[in-house]
Amino acid sequence: MGYNLEDTIAAISTPLGEGGIGIVRISGGDAFSITQKILKLPRNKKVGEIKNRYLYYGFILSPETGEEIDEVLVSFMKAPHTYTREDVVEINSHGGSVVLSKILKLVLTLGARLAEPGEFTYRAFINGRIDLAQAEAVLDIIRAKTEKALKIAFSQLKGNLSKEVGAIYNKLINWLAYIEADIDYPEEDISPFNPQEFLPEVLKCIEKIKLLLAEADEGKILREGINTVILGRPNVGKSSLLNNLLGEPRAIVTSVPGTTRDRIEEYINLKGIPLRIIDTAGIRTTCDPVESIGVEKALEAMQKANLVLYLIDSTQDFHNDDIALLTQIKHARTILVINKIDLSNRRPLIPKGLRFDGIVETSQITGEGLDKLEDNIIRLIYQGKVSSSLPLVSNLRHKEALIKALKSLDRVIETINKGFSSEFIALDLRASLEALGEITGSCVGEEVLEAIFSNFCVGK
Amino acid sequence: MKIYPKKYDVIVVGAGHAGCEAALACARLASVTLLLTINLDTIALMPCNPSIGGPAKGHIVREIDALGGEMARNIDETYIHIRMLNTGKGPAVQALRAQADKRRYEERMKRVLEQQENLDVKQGLVEELIVNNGWVEGVITQTGTVFMGKTVVLAPGTFLNGVIHIGMKDFPAGRAGEFPSQKLAKNLRELGFEMGRLKTGTTARVSARSCNFSLTTPQLPSSEPIVFSFVSPKVFPSRQVPCYLTYTNKNTKEIILNNLDRSPLYGGKIKGIGPRYCPSIEDKMFRFPDRDSHQVFLEPVGLDTDEIYVNGMSTSLPEDVQWQMLRTVPGLEQVEIIRPGYGIEYDFVFPIQLKPTLETKLIRGLFLAGQINGTSGYEEAAGQGLVAGINASRLTQGKEEFILSRSEAYIGVLIDDLVTKGTEEPYRMFTSRAEYRLLLRHDNADIRLTPKGWEIGLVTEERYKKFTARLEDIKKASKLASNYRIGKSTKEREILSLLLQGEKLHTSYLLSELFKRPYINYKNLKEYGFLPNHFSDEIWQQIEIELKYEGYLSRQQMGVEQKMKLDNMLIPKSLNYNEITCISKEARQKLSKVQPRSLGQASRISGVSPADISMLAIYLKSKNLLKIL
Repeated sequence: MGYNLEDTIAAISTPLGEGGIGIVRISGGDAFSITQKILKLPRNKKVGEIKNRYLYYGFILSPETGEEIDEVLVSFMKAPHTYTREDVVEINSHGGSVVLSKILKLVLTLGARLAEPGEFTYRAFINGRIDLAQAEAVLDIIRAKTEKALKIAFSQLKGNLSKEVGAIYNKLINWLAYIEADIDYPEEDISPFNPQEFLPEVLKCIEKIKLLLAEADEGKILREGINTVILGRPNVGKSSLLNNLLGEPRAIVTSVPGTTRDRIEEYINLKGIPLRIIDTAGIRTTCDPVESIGVEKALEAMQKANLVLYLIDSTQDFHNDDIALLTQIKHARTILVINKIDLSNRRPLIPKGLRFDGIVETSQITGEGLDKLEDNIIRLIYQGKVSSSLPLVSNLRHKEALIKALKSLDRVIETINKGFSSEFIALDLRASLEALGEITGSCVGEEVLEAIFSNFCVGK
Repeated sequence: MKIYPKKYDVIVVGAGHAGCEAALACARLASVTLLLTINLDTIALMPCNPSIGGPAKGHIVREIDALGGEMARNIDETYIHIRMLNTGKGPAVQALRAQADKRRYEERMKRVLEQQENLDVKQGLVEELIVNNGWVEGVITQTGTVFMGKTVVLAPGTFLNGVIHIGMKDFPAGRAGEFPSQKLAKNLRELGFEMGRLKTGTTARVSARSCNFSLTTPQLPSSEPIVFSFVSPKVFPSRQVPCYLTYTNKNTKEIILNNLDRSPLYGGKIKGIGPRYCPSIEDKMFRFPDRDSHQVFLEPVGLDTDEIYVNGMSTSLPEDVQWQMLRTVPGLEQVEIIRPGYGIEYDFVFPIQLKPTLETKLIRGLFLAGQINGTSGYEEAAGQGLVAGINASRLTQGKEEFILSRSEAYIGVLIDDLVTKGTEEPYRMFTSRAEYRLLLRHDNADIRLTPKGWEIGLVTEERYKKFTARLEDIKKASKLASNYRIGKSTKEREILSLLLQGEKLHTSYLLSELFKRPYINYKNLKEYGFLPNHFSDEIWQQIEIELKYEGYLSRQQMGVEQKMKLDNMLIPKSLNYNEITCISKEARQKLSKVQPRSLGQASRISGVSPADISMLAIYLKSKNLLKIL
């Protein structure tokens, strides 16, 4: 609770998408040593005596795999003449957000902690570098963005991850309740807790958490990127657009309306910005049951989207279905893509009352306008109109929590193998539950007591 | 209205477990003290199970003793059955539990009170507090006498608007056979305290002569004398007696379930909230209907009485149902009930209205201790009484507040939980409530607390001498352990190898190394004569604990140090949280209610997020209001 001032903290210091250059900033006692471990200078030179405020050119390498992550400029700033008054390192990379997050993750594995929103500013204030008004101004903005966006991000992410973690949490909390009841009610009729019975259960949970972490890396459960939906009536060229954005044929493209039945998701890297694109079935009122499921899913995706690419066929006018659909878009920024311009010079009339954040004319067949479309998307993101940096951060937070839980469960195994008594097992079991509770939003202390009294008949 | 001519420093109202500790502490700290009780013949009465101790509760008793309180010595001289619990588990959860001879327990405490210098014990029913300018000045009794006191410690137990329920019959009472305190309850409300209502219950007492113990399983007490206090001699105070174990069965269940409508709780008559963890037998049957039997312990209440306490069948069912259900239990087929079990409802004060010293925020000089704060249990009450008494005394002497932290004592956990989180049900202490459980052990209560007790003047020279001698011994034993070799001869190595489950040994081992091994402990080393006999078993146990669990203990200690930083960042009193717009509305509300002392305490309030804490820190720092110890 509250920020620990002793840790070394790290975070991506620039909002996603601006100008292609991003900074991972590290502040604290270990900032220099962590960076030295991952920075490789050209011609295999090592960073010897660190020169204060000197900009080093080099590469970030994973010390384990030797994989080169990116070409960077790194500045080392010695305390106390830094923003936080602590040692600060800034790693400048222009590889885009995916690379930045890789660098950040690397830094975290080497001992830094992910900074809480506003934490650098907090340290700057506590260490006397800025005054209250300045601190408040920064923190206010961060907080406003944080709370609202966290809510959205959370609801997006919560679904799957929370469910999976919830199942593990529930299992473990009932075991903890058993251990505690056994300790606090030794004279009641509870069959004694047997650590050997518990051992296989812990191992199972460890496996499950490892799986979640692996999937997190692949982005299956922890989604990163901007939720983008391609919408439009059947046969306007949505699947073709998707293929073009991806650079390869993925969806089935035929001329029969209603061919794409399911939702297809793909990730593309648009000049360093990750987009999670969902192609949807052509939306029209239909009696076909299979098609209508696809339509339902599309509508679902629409509600969660940050960005909508709305396609219309340039040879046709706006249909009632189009208008109905467009008015349903509440949160997302919408770019109107007028497709099939290779077929005619006609352009449809845009009905009054419809507003778009961008209009682009394209031909999926010739490729005309695709560059412009990409530029439009990037422009919207630069202007901060489409946000997604927080899902990224929440993902990392969740990952950290899972790793913490894993470490604690490993200790539980150690304790059981040493044959130590259950209060020592309970220590780390509780710690792992606290970590998992960060994801599910649970309050372990109260919930253990609840579990004890619902599962066991104890008391005089 | 006549004013009693003697002026007191502290007036303690109520001579239950909280009141007795408070009164003795104050008197021993040289405060002129008055103890007022409704009934001089029920001092230190145990209205429920006449037992002291158990996990967490036993720990509290040790802490009370380490600080110079009385409860431990009282039970050490009056117990008729004592056992160490959780002996199969580790040191942090082993706990002592004893059954008292109920009458002797009361008598001894009364004797100690009567012989205590600086203490007057009088009979009187307090009806009103005298308050002026936000300070308490004394009390008024039912007979119209006014006692003036600089501070007051209120420890009325379950007497505030107490109502007893036996079946559908109810009547006002503080305990069975004692009249309640109603005017005082009204007075507290009028003074502005927010109050709630709780319920608890107790079981029937039966005649031992009417029991058939051959149908039960005897539970034998410890064969060796064990004691709670660090200064009691290790001798049995008297003859020791067994308890008897039996079980309820399907017939018991049937009778109870068929009569639930005649239970005041299930019939909706009792409004107060009961504890989750001390359920009546009807709760047990209702919530766990699949269970066919529940444990029942028949516990003698004293050496010279026929009375048996039926542990496990707390109830407020009507007398005739109690009679029926008891007679279904093996051993109790012909039982005669001496006193029926009953439920009791009573008022309590929401403890968030208290400071960590147990002084009320509303009225200066007024301290509350015991069940009035929403706790249940004699030990919990006694711990509070001790702290309240110490603080009342020190307040009159202009001395600093006495607050125990969560990492120093279970008493600290208890009070912090009460004043920071409040409670809605009768609060009972469990070891699982202590996040520093590994550091708060039965064996190290004196190391944690006796120096503090000495500092404030409650620990006598005799006790302190014993303590420092023990510390010396621990130091010496520790040194010895790192120099003493075992297994120098082949024979010795053979034995050690056996103990270590067959591991091959080629050299001798230092005692300190051996202690770290899981299968070795001071007991089996002693058995084989490996333990140098310069020091007692307790000393070796201490050394073993510190070596064996070093990793876990230091981890907990690190956690303590980290949290302490926030606990040492003090928030000024009477801060107007509504002005602090950078924290959330909910946090402002909660903080205003609790008025936490430190950022640490603030962080434990539910509804206050880490972000709120940082903002608060920033705000306070900017206004130079944050005091860092």
